[in-house]
Amino acid sequence: MEGNGVATKSEEEQFAVWNQVFRIYDLVFGLPPHAQALHFEIRRDNHVEYLTRGLSQMGPGFSVMDATRPWVCYWVMHSIALLGDCVSDKLENDIIDFLQRCQDPNGGYGGGPGQMPHLATTYAAINTLITVGGIRSLTSINRETLYGFLLRMKDSGGGFRMHDGGEIDVRACYTAISVASILNILDHRLIQGTGDYIMRCQTYEGGIAGEPGSEAHGGYTFCGLAAMVLMNEVNRLDLPQLINWIVFRQGVEGGFQGRTNKLVDGCYSFWQGAAIAIIQRLRSTVMEQLGLPLSKTDFSQEGAADSSNSDQEEHSEPESSVNDICQSEVAGVDHNGDSFIKALQEIGPLFNTFGLQQYILLCTQEEAGFRDKPGKSRDHYHTCYVLSGLSICHYAGTRNIDRPPRTQDIMGPYSNLLEPVHPLYNVVFDKYQEAFRFFSSPES
Amino acid sequence: MDSEDVKENRVPFSNRSEWSDIKPVPQDDGPNPVVVIDYKDEFVETMDYFRAVYMADERTPRSLDLTREAISLNPGNYTVWQFRRLILEHLNVNLHEELQFMDQIATKNPKNYQIWHHRRWIAEKLGVGAAHKELEFTRRVFSQDAKNYHAWSHRQWVLLNLGCWEDELSYCDELFNDDICNNSAWNQRFFVVTKSPLLGGLDVMRDSEIMFTIKAILAKPGNESPWRYLRGLYQNDAKSLLNDPRVASVCTEVLLGGSQYVHALNLVLDALIHQFQPGEDLKGAIEAVYSSLDLPDSTSDSELAKRVCFILEKVDPIRASYWHWRKTTIPSQAL
Repeated sequence: MEGNGVATKSEEEQFAVWNQVFRIYDLVFGLPPHAQALHFEIRRDNHVEYLTRGLSQMGPGFSVMDATRPWVCYWVMHSIALLGDCVSDKLENDIIDFLQRCQDPNGGYGGGPGQMPHLATTYAAINTLITVGGIRSLTSINRETLYGFLLRMKDSGGGFRMHDGGEIDVRACYTAISVASILNILDHRLIQGTGDYIMRCQTYEGGIAGEPGSEAHGGYTFCGLAAMVLMNEVNRLDLPQLINWIVFRQGVEGGFQGRTNKLVDGCYSFWQGAAIAIIQRLRSTVMEQLGLPLSKTDFSQEGAADSSNSDQEEHSEPESSVNDICQSEVAGVDHNGDSFIKALQEIGPLFNTFGLQQYILLCTQEEAGFRDKPGKSRDHYHTCYVLSGLSICHYAGTRNIDRPPRTQDIMGPYSNLLEPVHPLYNVVFDKYQEAFRFFSSPES
Repeated sequence: MDSEDVKENRVPFSNRSEWSDIKPVPQDDGPNPVVVIDYKDEFVETMDYFRAVYMADERTPRSLDLTREAISLNPGNYTVWQFRRLILEHLNVNLHEELQFMDQIATKNPKNYQIWHHRRWIAEKLGVGAAHKELEFTRRVFSQDAKNYHAWSHRQWVLLNLGCWEDELSYCDELFNDDICNNSAWNQRFFVVTKSPLLGGLDVMRDSEIMFTIKAILAKPGNESPWRYLRGLYQNDAKSLLNDPRVASVCTEVLLGGSQYVHALNLVLDALIHQFQPGEDLKGAIEAVYSSLDLPDSTSDSELAKRVCFILEKVDPIRASYWHWRKTTIPSQAL
């Protein structure tokens, strides 16, 4: 976007960011190797300490978060889980108790005790409880009343309202569908018409907007895509156009922007990165939309330098037709999240994973916590989504979620490796597994 | 009323005689709370009184005032906002006054979901008469931040539900004069061109829009927005798009420009994938770019799509793995 003629406001802002970012890169890469290495290390202990503190006390400035406390629980607990760490049993029990107080007797969770239930805080609460894990945590969720709440939030146009009398948008659709899916209460009554609504939100640019007509946006793109996959309707989106829009959201800085001609922001490391990771497991659907046969495998961990169709090391035949949920015999929407994650990641990394890791490690990481970009302050939200995005990078090149990434996939020391997430829910994979088993069992 | 007034003039509820009958309800965080916020005293008291009226479902003028105080302390409390709506309806309050209140708090909270949703609720109730004022309001917001997502959604909602399309296309032009890279303005233009009842729809508008977009492209070929808009005009039928000689021509011109041609090639690639047959000028321009870079020798005519991918891998390295994948998904007919 270098200017011909006078720079516009968008361009000026972009130049300023490039300035800051490349100054950092020049500085770091100008250092001797030993000093350089330090910059690429994830400061685990510092982050965990910063995160854990957020669980106990926050200053009066956080009064504006009074209606979003379950979110803070999720951002903190999920981040700690990504770092492979945990909190004390007492703290875990306190979290379960607190969220119990946020649970409405008629279903759903509000932003705090006594507040109306809200889809976003419900999503945050459920994901937190699943991240905590264990019988006490999972049984604290009243799925019956929650189902009723979700159904009440359903709008006749197919979308969902965030709360009684609240706004309808793609976020609401995702949070409702995600929660229903992970708790194994997703059914046709809930998904009725939602696919139609989300389809209307895919814009001429290829990305997905919050409402029909609005601008394509990274956050809503993740929400729309994930919801469609969970409803088994992803083939209704124009995937090649979607992919094209998302990949163009990665800038030379290495990080992702949320919208065309806007600035990079660490949180989009997840929203955009995970959207691509999701698509990498949809090879059959994508190939079908491209009008191509499935016979060739295109997965290559060698990346761009290798122009031939090289096979992955251990597999010769892709098991795509069995694994791809759009072709599977699975009736309804049961276990879509599970079939999805068990499917192989048959398309290789479509974004520049090292570029993103570099931006994350050098531009978003603070002494403790992570931020949007240089010059912005850290917060728990960015810490959560930057780390989630980093995890996506680590596993973008592995075909099977059960296998560890190779050393060359991780920027910095191998000890930087984070836990893998289930990209549709953004819950750490092991915790998701535990929840899946729990909520699929007849006794639950 | 903003938070400064609250501090200076504030009388605690416990000292207000009109509230003496109400027993405040403390927040039930339990004995072992987490994510504890160190609320200021006035916050605690206001919310304790709010809980009391909320649980009693008291819809009176005093509870309406109370919601205003609660909102000023935390504009993100959606429960308070929802209750306020119930009170406003019950009391049949003049919503023009409510809109004034919204104008006051909007400046400090331009990205708050609850405020925008409340505004939409008011506008819906006021109906068509509110259209002009709402458009003016979003205009003011855009003067501070021309890409405010909520404001754009609100503006679109107003147009669709309350009308007032007359000046919308020219408003987009204004924004383009300010910043041709403003993607929100391009998105709005697409919205207007396809949805405005005054313009006749995309088929009618397509021709003039192509001219407009091509001009924008030539002024700044590295600007992604008009390229995506161009595709939108042809509903992503890249082949038909490139069959328009004006479009093929602008791609050629940009390629011959020697730089800033990634978006042009992105478009050309999509067309080639769909069996677009480029004319000699465009083909020549692609070949010129190809030979200017240090790329593998290739003589076959039918591998143009592949050669475009090679170019892109080289000149757009951040997307190298994507272009590599695109190479593997070229249909055999296009090769």
